[in-house]
Amino acid sequence: MLSVKENHPVEFSAELLDKFAEVASRYPQGKQKSALLPLLHLVQAEYGWLSTDAMDKVAHFLQIEPIEVYEVATFYTMYFLRPQGKYNLEICRTGPCCLVGAERIMQYIEETLGVKEGEVTADGLFSWRGVECLAACGYGPVLQIGPDYTFYENLTEQSVAQLIETLKNKVQTEA
Amino acid sequence: MGRKLLLEHIDVPGINTFDVYRQQGGYRAVEKALKTMSPEDVVEEVKKSGLRGRGGAGFPTGMKWGFLAKPEGVPRYLVCNGDESEPGTFKDRYLMTHIPHILVEGMIVSSFALGANTSYIYIRGEMMPQIRIVEKAIAEAKAAGFLGKNILGTGYDLEIYVQPGGGAYICGEETALLESLEGKRGNPRIKPPFPAIAGLYGCPTVVNNVESIAATVPIINDGGEEYAKIGIERSTGTKLISASGNIIRPGVYEIDLGLPVEEFIYSDEYCGGIANSKKLKALVPGGSSVPILPANLISKTVNGNARLMTYESLADGGFATGSSMGSGGFIVFDEDQCIVRNTWNFARFYHHESCGQCSPCREGTGWMEKILHKIETGRGSIEDIDLLWDIQRRIEGNTICPLGDAAAWPVAAAIRHFRDEFEWHITHPQEALSRNYGLAHYADPIEPVV
Repeated sequence: MLSVKENHPVEFSAELLDKFAEVASRYPQGKQKSALLPLLHLVQAEYGWLSTDAMDKVAHFLQIEPIEVYEVATFYTMYFLRPQGKYNLEICRTGPCCLVGAERIMQYIEETLGVKEGEVTADGLFSWRGVECLAACGYGPVLQIGPDYTFYENLTEQSVAQLIETLKNKVQTEA
Repeated sequence: MGRKLLLEHIDVPGINTFDVYRQQGGYRAVEKALKTMSPEDVVEEVKKSGLRGRGGAGFPTGMKWGFLAKPEGVPRYLVCNGDESEPGTFKDRYLMTHIPHILVEGMIVSSFALGANTSYIYIRGEMMPQIRIVEKAIAEAKAAGFLGKNILGTGYDLEIYVQPGGGAYICGEETALLESLEGKRGNPRIKPPFPAIAGLYGCPTVVNNVESIAATVPIINDGGEEYAKIGIERSTGTKLISASGNIIRPGVYEIDLGLPVEEFIYSDEYCGGIANSKKLKALVPGGSSVPILPANLISKTVNGNARLMTYESLADGGFATGSSMGSGGFIVFDEDQCIVRNTWNFARFYHHESCGQCSPCREGTGWMEKILHKIETGRGSIEDIDLLWDIQRRIEGNTICPLGDAAAWPVAAAIRHFRDEFEWHITHPQEALSRNYGLAHYADPIEPVV
């Protein structure tokens, strides 16, 4: 298991660096720092989280100081500074979703996965957390799973159980 | 029957593609604006339309455009605010998912009006699927010659890029959004200078909501005067309302401004009434920041007039007995819902989303969350209610951006209208843990103020 204290060295692929360059070309000359948020999304989609080494290499690419990357990565809630489960279930916990049962769904997920919010299951497959409003209040309760941020709406205990089963089976088929 | 200007073709299969959108008359506004109008003409039509910002503040869009500084040799930017995060609001997600081209078309028309040659659509990072949809729409429009160099042979150049956010409600505030777009933390800037003078990269910039930009398409097609014929008073045109909570038909509806609130809640064309045969207890009509209304102030104002879906009527009575149109996030509460729990939930949201720059908001939102949690879990005292009131009062108006106000208002309104429910939680802690307060007298008619 990786720890946030360990440096986790990464080597960006040529393909990823090409994507970096395309994103950086969207901004005027000298304003490449604007690419920081999209680049961090690309890195996280590749590795599942942002290690210190990955952030340092993004800083190097954009020719900014590493601290400029850290301060952004720690400000926004979507960036993970430690590894998550392969499937990280993010359930909306804000008012409108709670009016239609989001708290019950979160409790069900905690019981079904057997881990507390923010923890990863022993097999490394799942983690979960409550997140703030996902702008899908009419379809609540809702959850999303990165890095594609696939959306699951109108959740019930049955549909959540089915989703978890499907994801487990998917992993077994892939293996 | 509500007029549909934005969602007219929502049910046409394939409307998310350029070809189908074009067959349905799409991109006519671009042709009309670029070929037959000057940028000033476009601004004039938007001014005539009376369109008000659909993101929440309701500031007249044409007037905002009129403030844009135009120094020689300095680029100007249009930035679309697609950081939809106000609890209760999901209309922009809907629009971008189903009719992305109306946003792209509106971006071209609006950029032309403002003289921008590079524009950005900032979409919250969680909406990755919508980011891909809008990016695809941009690519299709470009392939068809509606973007890029020398659009339609008119000599006008424009590139539009999509920028993902990182998960932060505060980036819906326009100066925080600009900071974020520059690759920084989303800390709102002190105004002035306003973005119209010094915005993105220090250049003159207009930031408009997704729905506002989309609304420029029917405004240019039919003319500003035609658009202004819809609606009442200074609430012109149509508005997307995101309806959620305990209703039979939650979803996004395009209404003519001026529709009675009662009709919107009970008509089968819209919300379809309260779900599970329950009774209506409360309404948050414009997203979590706006004051909550108890049942007796929803259909009628305190003076006994019908409450309408307009900026004026929803605000009738001020914060004492009214609320606000906000972003159109229409959250309906049935008799089983606990106002204390919901207020705590919203307070937690604002605490979580405070950027931390200003002490009243950074500290105050946390205090409010803690006190509300204490009351909700049966450990509160009567003095806590006054303390909460005191804290919200000291946050409001004392912060750089409106997040502080947005955190204070729902707490103030909940205490103002539901004080007895807070007191009941404190005096009946055990009971409060096992059941909700219910409807009490909130549905009783109130005496009109003469």
